[in-house]
Amino acid sequence: MRKILTRRTLITTGALGAGSLLSGCDALSRNQTFQNILGSAEDANFLVQRALGDRMELASEYSIKDLSPKFRANGTRDPGTPDYAASAAQGFADWQLRLTGLFKRPQNFSLAALLSMPQRTQITRHDCVEGWSAIGQWTGVPLKLLLDLAQLQDSAKFLVFHCADRLGGRPYYESIDLLDAFHPQTIMAHRLNGESVPIENGAPLRLRVERQLGYKHAKYVTGIEAVATLDNIGEGKGGYWEDVGNYEWYAGI
Amino acid sequence: MIKSQNNTAKRHKLTTRLWHWVNALCLLVLVMSGLTIFNAHPRLYWGEYGASDDYAWAAVGSSQTLGYVRLGEIKIETTGFIGNWRDSNGQIQTWAFPGWATIPSYYSLAEGRRWHFFFAWIFSVGLAFFMIRSMFNRHVQKDLHISRVEWRPSNILRDVKNHLRLRFHDSGGVNIYNILQKFSYIGVIFILLPLMIFTGLAMSPAMDANWPWLTDIFGGRQSARSIHFIGMSLLVLFFIVHMITLLLVGPFKQTWAMITGGKREDSDHA
Repeated sequence: MRKILTRRTLITTGALGAGSLLSGCDALSRNQTFQNILGSAEDANFLVQRALGDRMELASEYSIKDLSPKFRANGTRDPGTPDYAASAAQGFADWQLRLTGLFKRPQNFSLAALLSMPQRTQITRHDCVEGWSAIGQWTGVPLKLLLDLAQLQDSAKFLVFHCADRLGGRPYYESIDLLDAFHPQTIMAHRLNGESVPIENGAPLRLRVERQLGYKHAKYVTGIEAVATLDNIGEGKGGYWEDVGNYEWYAGI
Repeated sequence: MIKSQNNTAKRHKLTTRLWHWVNALCLLVLVMSGLTIFNAHPRLYWGEYGASDDYAWAAVGSSQTLGYVRLGEIKIETTGFIGNWRDSNGQIQTWAFPGWATIPSYYSLAEGRRWHFFFAWIFSVGLAFFMIRSMFNRHVQKDLHISRVEWRPSNILRDVKNHLRLRFHDSGGVNIYNILQKFSYIGVIFILLPLMIFTGLAMSPAMDANWPWLTDIFGGRQSARSIHFIGMSLLVLFFIVHMITLLLVGPFKQTWAMITGGKREDSDHA
């Protein structure tokens, strides 16, 4: 009897210990300073991953036989606004991509203008932060070509992608630095697997930034804003999920 | 039965002890925050791609009334534990792994990732340091080298029998570690732990651009993710065996030895 009680005490103590350890972790997890300490791993990941390779290394490309049977959609499946619906009804003929901010020649591109430019087609693997992957064939205009036309000012450090969809009442946006902006596989995609990009995957224009996770690949892109700092956009963390959910701005891992 | 080959009176060197406890903390946080990340998409695939419409070799099913784990075509009901469990407020949750097994205990993929990557750095640097150090101080060559005699089935069988009789500290008189200890030591530190780091890196899209061969070695990103999960399960298994042997050999003395260093003549190992 004595032994059972002792063992029970031991187990109870152990459970309580584990419980307080867990609630301790939760308290730490909600503490902003501790969050920042943990977040320093992001800087390490960014520096090391950028230091490896020649900085313009291509993400793996695949062949047609490697395609996912179905390319999964995530996040917004349909922006659902009257403007978007009206544009979709006419095949996005009136869609405009506005290049604003720190450009020497800010300008707008219609979808037709983008389609008439040189294109890049790539079969790449889309890696979601949740863990799943899908392989799809994307066709679009290399972002570099648009940047060459609009010409960045010297003070520009980031590109912000403004989107037509809203999540939880906030406009979706994302941002990348200039290294990714000029990367050969960074394209404004309008075709997926040989067809116009479906609405659930970001019609008519979706950013592909292949060396980062899926949430960086902004859908329904309406504008690209060149900025010197991300501080004044949204809550200043560089993207919707970064602002709302503490996701890392650098999503290379 | 230890022939001490150095002059220190301590059984565990300070660096070994430090590494042991840093490692223990890292692995605990890595497993628990890893389960948070797994909860975001509790399905495992083979190959390069895999998402909800693709066949998963392992998956957690959940609803308000039922939780189950499916392995291939076999369904195992896990209601109350995996896929359907009650949180501390008594609310039914349908995330795969329960709150007591995850960091944080509530579902937050972003926070789970932060814990995971921060401790992955400490763990990786510590492991690299330990491995390099044990090569240079000849810990590997001296204590872990498996001689031809030890490879003999008769020796392995003898050691298995010894373990079954709960005699853990008979190394045959020559070595610090007996053959089963060597197998588990080498298997965990030099194979399993590095495998966890590399399968983890193989899931990174930036690493895929930097080192595409890494993902290829494991047969694709989703295979790497599956192997990462299986490796985690083996580490948990190792932990359980480690704890059982510890309890059988003498938990207080052994734990105290791993904290203070212990005395060299204590020959039993957990």
